[in-house]
Amino acid sequence: MGAMTAVTLDINGERFSRELDNRTTLLDLLREHAHLSGAKKGCDHGQCGACTVLLDGHRVNSCLLLAVAMDGTEITTIEGLAEGDTLHPLQQAFVDHDAFQCGFCTPGQICSAVGAIAEARAGWPSAVTAEDAPEGPVELTVPEVRERMSGNLCRCGAYVNIVSAVREVAR
Amino acid sequence: MTTTQPLLGAPTARLEAREKVTGAARYATDHPTDRTAYAWPVPATVVRGEITSIDTTAALADPAVLAVLTHQNAPRLHETDDPNLAVLQSPHVAHRGQFVALAVATSLESARAAAEAIRVTYRTEPHDVVLTPDHPGLYKPDEVNAGLPTDREHGDFDTAYANAPVRIDAVYETPALHNHPLEPHAATALWDGDDLTVYDSNQDSSGVQRTLAQLFGLANGKVHVVNEHVGGGFGAKGTARPPVVLAAMAARTVRRPVKLALPRNQLAAVTGYRAPTIQRIRIGADPEGHIEALAHEAITQSSTITEFVEQAAAPSRTMYNAPHSRSTHRVAQLDVPTPSWMRAPGECPGMFALESAMDELALACGVDPIELRTRNEPAVEPDSGLPFSSRHLVECLREGACRFGWHDRDARIGGRREGRLLIGSGVAASTFPALVMPSQAEAHAAADGSYEVRVSASDIGTGARTVLTQIAADTLGVPLDSVRVRVGSSDLPPASVAGGSSGTASWGWPVHKACTELRQRLAERGYAVPEQGITVAADIAQDIDEREDLARHAFGAQFAEVQVDPATGETRVRRLLGVFAAGRILNSRTARSQFIGGMTMGLGMALLEGSTMDPAFGDYAERDLAAYHVAACADVPEIDVHWIEEEDPHLNPMGSKGIGEIGIVGTAAAIANAVHHATGVRVRALPIHPDVLVARLADQPGPP
Amino acid sequence: MKEFRYERPTDADAAVALLTDAPAATYLGGGTNLVDLMKLGVAAPDLVVDVSRLPFEEIEETDGGGLRVGAAVRNSTLAARRMVRERYPIVSEALLSGASAQLRNAATIGGNLLQRTRCLYFQDVGKPCNKRQPGSGCPAREGVHRDLAILGASEHCVATHPSDLAVALVALDAMVHLVSASGPRSLPLTELHRLPGDEPQRDTVLRHGELITAVELPPPVPEARSAYRKARDRASYSFALASVAAVLQVRGGLVHHVRIAFGALAAKPWRARVAEEALLGQPATAEAFEEAVDRELAAARPLRDNGYKVPLARRLAVSVLTDLAAPEAGEPR
Repeated sequence: MGAMTAVTLDINGERFSRELDNRTTLLDLLREHAHLSGAKKGCDHGQCGACTVLLDGHRVNSCLLLAVAMDGTEITTIEGLAEGDTLHPLQQAFVDHDAFQCGFCTPGQICSAVGAIAEARAGWPSAVTAEDAPEGPVELTVPEVRERMSGNLCRCGAYVNIVSAVREVAR
Repeated sequence: MTTTQPLLGAPTARLEAREKVTGAARYATDHPTDRTAYAWPVPATVVRGEITSIDTTAALADPAVLAVLTHQNAPRLHETDDPNLAVLQSPHVAHRGQFVALAVATSLESARAAAEAIRVTYRTEPHDVVLTPDHPGLYKPDEVNAGLPTDREHGDFDTAYANAPVRIDAVYETPALHNHPLEPHAATALWDGDDLTVYDSNQDSSGVQRTLAQLFGLANGKVHVVNEHVGGGFGAKGTARPPVVLAAMAARTVRRPVKLALPRNQLAAVTGYRAPTIQRIRIGADPEGHIEALAHEAITQSSTITEFVEQAAAPSRTMYNAPHSRSTHRVAQLDVPTPSWMRAPGECPGMFALESAMDELALACGVDPIELRTRNEPAVEPDSGLPFSSRHLVECLREGACRFGWHDRDARIGGRREGRLLIGSGVAASTFPALVMPSQAEAHAAADGSYEVRVSASDIGTGARTVLTQIAADTLGVPLDSVRVRVGSSDLPPASVAGGSSGTASWGWPVHKACTELRQRLAERGYAVPEQGITVAADIAQDIDEREDLARHAFGAQFAEVQVDPATGETRVRRLLGVFAAGRILNSRTARSQFIGGMTMGLGMALLEGSTMDPAFGDYAERDLAAYHVAACADVPEIDVHWIEEEDPHLNPMGSKGIGEIGIVGTAAAIANAVHHATGVRVRALPIHPDVLVARLADQPGPP
Repeated sequence: MKEFRYERPTDADAAVALLTDAPAATYLGGGTNLVDLMKLGVAAPDLVVDVSRLPFEEIEETDGGGLRVGAAVRNSTLAARRMVRERYPIVSEALLSGASAQLRNAATIGGNLLQRTRCLYFQDVGKPCNKRQPGSGCPAREGVHRDLAILGASEHCVATHPSDLAVALVALDAMVHLVSASGPRSLPLTELHRLPGDEPQRDTVLRHGELITAVELPPPVPEARSAYRKARDRASYSFALASVAAVLQVRGGLVHHVRIAFGALAAKPWRARVAEEALLGQPATAEAFEEAVDRELAAARPLRDNGYKVPLARRLAVSVLTDLAAPEAGEPR
């Protein structure tokens, strides 16, 4: 066992406290210690987005974050999005638009979409936002969604439906 | 018991959709286990040679490390017909990346660190890893993938070609391509006495069960392979792969459940790939484009471990009328990783070549590419002489032309610009055989009026679970929600691989057969179900044998519009359209998604994907998802998919053809043809990276 | 990944002190590159000093009308800041053209500048690499090098620097502010990264333990226009094959001020000083741009498979400069 550090963080509204190997990533904390296997390990190097979760409300690749560095943060995973039996609007939209096939990238896609919509509402630009765009929320056009969702790879090729699902909720 | 909605063909949502969007769906390493150990493989760092020593001292110094398995101490395995699975059985290294050790520890972190700390020394031998068109090792294999004949010859190709007024002679190349399913190959293995349970990411729980039983010397019934949810496969998970074998070996050694998720950068060497091809196509035609002579000669590679021959020339045996024809395959066995299935083996690379050549022929003859294909439509399958069970290629081309606005385009090369961008469009045909494989199923009527259907099908994202439920409910004449279809376990009646676009036909048929008989038995009993229920089993092996000899294939047409930035050589696809004739479509929602998914992968093949063999190190250089570019969301335009209503009574009781693979066939050619239309540059070696165009567009006028 | 100790000091002095006598220690920013390299075994620190929560999170106007950006500011925060988008649009453009939203939300500005090369040999501990293991050799020269350097490489290393941001900052004459045990100092960003020479293991001129605290931009050049353009295989989420950042101010048809920087051509963001000098005072025409850029790229020494970068960089630069010179013709920036 490697050097250990005590870590306390909030996961989906619940306090999680554990002595952890410094080498543990946030993704492995979630999957192997908190038993939240929704976030997926597709590449473990920030190259696919399957591990995307929300860190203090912002989408991040949990595979590249050291768990020890997450002390005191708030994490939301795919397991924390639904309200009881009621799916989050993005979860419902993914079902309605058949926005996945194998489903492995889906938790990351949905968490990423939650972040993307929040970013656009906050007026954050993307690479395709016009430079002279007015202040305020960015309209999530098709090119905007394509660009903003590009950090989540889908090998089944469900992008067309993912874009429809995200746009439906963003409207 | 009747339903008002027709179930077959309905856009039924995936039955497991809720689990997938909530994170509840469990994949191979998501199953909770107690006292879990983690395994991390160590790949060989030489190309060819022999292990001379392995120092595990540093690795074992960490008390969290439970074991290091090597060829010296690993459990002995029985032989199977796949020598790639004989992991840690010998000191011999046949290619770089082959596994030489396995670290097992109580934490993932310690397992990875231990794997890094293992020191392996080798005696190396010279290696040979680069496929060339004149490689001295090229030979004629006995057969090619799918058991197809290596060479076929009709008429007198050489004479007919020599005498043809119009001749095309070109060499097309496709690079090695890696499946890279988003879920890496992964397994959780547990032993209970002599019973082995594996949660494994595969496309064939029955097949993996048989393989593991053989490897470990067990009866099939002792091995339980669960693959309830599979994070994609695209052929790479069609057979057992080393990770599941290693996980089972490790679990037996450390007497704990073992999880092994293959690190992404290890996939390229041990889980198969589409072998690179070098394909020469020669077409001799009359000035109106009628083909007189067609030769398709394919060269490819395999490893020294197994002979796998990508059947790239096979589609030329089906597509076009050619009185004089030749199709051949040659393979060289190199010190490279073993290639295997990747979505539409044979057809996918082969149709890139053939459909590019058809575009070149159309230009040479001055005939519209759609008209050219129509003129060469065969009456029967050219190679076999068999009638087609159904063939609606021309209808697909015409329907697509209409929807795409093909005939409104300016056919001149390089004729269309928008700002700095060059715009072009292209078309190509698609085809894939309609296969079916022996499978069994059970249908059970319970006393409470519910039904359970059991078949060890694998739903790798195709929607198999859903479409089988539709087939069962439709056959039984009951509502969808009264039927539960169980798939994803080898404990269910044995079924075939989710591969070769054969799943729905192969599993749906026995489901249909069992349900038909169950319905009849229920009717005979006046729908009185005894306490223990009624179960009917079905097996279609004999039904398949009894089918008449026909050529059964799906066909399609793909249209692409691209833009090329002449300053940077960057090509982006603006729109794709696919029109397919694939028998009866059983679920319009999941079918559409599969077609789109295939075309999306085809777009990646055209513009992005390619693995480069490193001549010095004998591995594929692009081994992670930063270097191996699969299409991202921003690469993928609107994709329009349609299908022809095709009634074909010669297939299976549902009248369906497979749809999982045809979507990728022809996409790359349509895009390459569009790039030629936009720029005048014919790219015959994929992918169409900016490098290629920026160099060849050098003489074009600069930005306006 | 080797075991390491983890510390999260609360001020810069404490952070610097932690690294002072710890030769194998490293700073951790967003971790998007460091953790990646630690998993690959390329980076193996025995002590990780987390500086991501140090009080370097401000983006503030300087007295002189420039902008000071704290090193711990996240890439996405900087890219979204209205003042940045209005006054230094190429900073925002360059940031947004790189990585993914998730990575930009984690990655810091300081860490972005200190990214290591994405050369495939550097990332594979099973192979030689002079940058990773000095003296072991550079297989990239003969091997797979399609995306590697054409400028400023040496026989020991042909790596490129992967940052988009750094290219824009170099074109804006940015400074970096540093602190170490011997106190603070500042450097022009053009002097931060170094060419490989015979010490390819040293990416930058930073001393061990020296910490980037901020990046400072001078006031924008009045009436100048600027653009960042990147060529790549994939439409998003991929590194550049070549990129260019340019700032151009034309007066009376003549080039009055020009800055050109190339990305993905060298081990550092490449300031095209030869081209800049050639252009100063010249008419702002496509011909002049072509000639100047050709002069710059005359120094290119492509390898077997990356020669395409010469025409690619040339056309990128010429098209960007032409657009900047003729606002009505190209994409306005």
